[in-house]
Amino acid sequence: MTQLDEGSGPAEVGVAGYNFAYLDEQTKRMIRRTILKAVAIPGYQVAFGSREMPLAYGWGTGGMQITAAIVGADDTLKVIDQGADDTTNAVSIRRFFNRTAGVAMTERTVDASVIQTRHRIPETPLRDDQILVYQVPMPEPLRYLEPRETETQKMHALSEYGVMHVKLYEDIARHGRITTSYDYPVLVNGRYVMAPSPIPKFDNPKMDRMPALQLFGAGREKRIYAVPPYTPVKSLDFEDHPFSIDRQPHSCGLCGSNESFLDEIVTDDAGGRLYVCSDTDYCRERREAGDVMNRSAAE
Amino acid sequence: MYVAVKGGEQAIDASLEQLARERRGDASVPELSVAQIKQQMRLAVDRVMCEGSLYDPDLAALAIKQARGDLFEAVFLLRAYRTTLPRFGVTLPLDTAAMTTRRRISATYKDIPGGQILGPSFDYSHRLLDFALMDEGAPGLAPERADETRGESAPLPRVTDILGQEGLIEGDGDLDGQAPGDLTREPLRFPASRDLRLQNLARGDEGFLLAMAYSTQRGYGRNHPFAGEIRMGDIAIVIEPEELGFAVEIGDVTVTECQMITQFKGSADKPPQFTRGYGLTFGYCERKAMAMALCDRALRAKELGEDITAPAQDEEFVLAHSDSVEASGFVQHLKLPHYIDFQSELLSVRDMRAKAMARANAKEAADDAA
Repeated sequence: MTQLDEGSGPAEVGVAGYNFAYLDEQTKRMIRRTILKAVAIPGYQVAFGSREMPLAYGWGTGGMQITAAIVGADDTLKVIDQGADDTTNAVSIRRFFNRTAGVAMTERTVDASVIQTRHRIPETPLRDDQILVYQVPMPEPLRYLEPRETETQKMHALSEYGVMHVKLYEDIARHGRITTSYDYPVLVNGRYVMAPSPIPKFDNPKMDRMPALQLFGAGREKRIYAVPPYTPVKSLDFEDHPFSIDRQPHSCGLCGSNESFLDEIVTDDAGGRLYVCSDTDYCRERREAGDVMNRSAAE
Repeated sequence: MYVAVKGGEQAIDASLEQLARERRGDASVPELSVAQIKQQMRLAVDRVMCEGSLYDPDLAALAIKQARGDLFEAVFLLRAYRTTLPRFGVTLPLDTAAMTTRRRISATYKDIPGGQILGPSFDYSHRLLDFALMDEGAPGLAPERADETRGESAPLPRVTDILGQEGLIEGDGDLDGQAPGDLTREPLRFPASRDLRLQNLARGDEGFLLAMAYSTQRGYGRNHPFAGEIRMGDIAIVIEPEELGFAVEIGDVTVTECQMITQFKGSADKPPQFTRGYGLTFGYCERKAMAMALCDRALRAKELGEDITAPAQDEEFVLAHSDSVEASGFVQHLKLPHYIDFQSELLSVRDMRAKAMARANAKEAADDAA
């Protein structure tokens, strides 16, 4: 059904002249060693010899290198961008792995063993036999406060996160709320402040004690970090200003969900809006399960 | 009505087809051959090889053809190919004094042993469009001069070595026991050693390095440079496989080398002497080699105990932003959908506006009541 025809099963050959999943085995080993270190030190950014990928930096090269290093012939891969399987870059990355590795592809969150994502965590809770691979543009949560790598490394080493708390406090003092709405910094396992990648802060609570292994790849910045299964992940906040997520005052116009993160679709130039689930698989599952809203009522 | 953003696959296919057609252009015009690019767009080929850090004129020309002449894109193609190649070995250090020199100039001496060789240069051309080139098969070239040589094959001493004899310039460092790093295998860490810095600059974008170098000349980290020597020519690449135990020449490459000489007033532990800035490129990339040498010298500020006051002296600033493949990718990734983040920002801004308006209304009501 949702098994994509482009990836019905392991292909006999990948792209001529290239290894399974593009990267050579030595490079994969180097990346796996990096991942092991990252898992051993949750939230710590491990530098690695990031390779040039045939897709541009900033377009998911870090996530792709992780996926290439961990994916095996019996894996089932799902790739999403903005929560959707059919956004062009998700299609492009899926095609890449289909060409070079020929692994099975799926759009169903529950069927995937590896999910590569950009900017979202699937709405459907993940299991401990799944791996979530994030594409990360800027792995350093302190970078906008301190541009120097030599400084931010020291700050992490000394757990010197005062500047981050000052930033959040200044937001509250000026605007009455923390204005960071995505890539909202988290504290992992009570030790390292970590950038969750530009997911909406709506998704932050899902990271906490998630049964699935979470791997983060930043190709251009040459860093890999990880949150092992069931690790505490706390969004930074203050006792009198606890972390909260913005609830959209709408429900999905297609499946009726009022639990999911919604895309705002501009339907005309007269203020018309339609709100639909950004997680296309979640939305479709709900509709297929018969929990369908009357379309005419939605419109 | 909801217009689903479906069909990414067909859209990508159609886009790639259009790209292929546009690349070919008008089919009534003969197709450009890789050999033509390699021969007649040689400086583009050289730039792509240099920034792509792969010496292969055929593949560089192919990349330029495939990229429709977009040199950034061509560099990217070559890099993505290079990264998959196995490493067979490391060459011995190049002895640039032994090159077959096609161009060699020094701005510090009127004459130097071996002489100045202008070689093929735009320097003294008048930049007037040559309309004769509009037509193919335009009047042929002047016959080669009887005394014209294809480069001076006798070793020419480097100007810096001449200065070195008097101890007027700092030494060139010692190679013994120093294995050069490779930032294509290991990530660049700061502070960076000079070998990695030079590798980074050699791969760096010419435009970026040019602007950085220019900024040092305009007072942002001025270091009073002289072009001690610029030379371009062909040089043998030599490897010494462990199992053989002797050196083997495996081919020639064209390189451009620039040695900038810069004043240094001396410090507590160093007498006053000239210091070096070094530039080396694949191919004939003279502008890049000169810019690289100026940047290298500017980035030695810390080592030489100079104040770091300008962007060109700041290694994190220069080395982290010099790579065109990284920069181009990340700037252009803004084209990718960001509507989840934008939606989050909308929520945040709408909430802040609602609060601000509520405050304004409350104040107005209070003022009215007063």
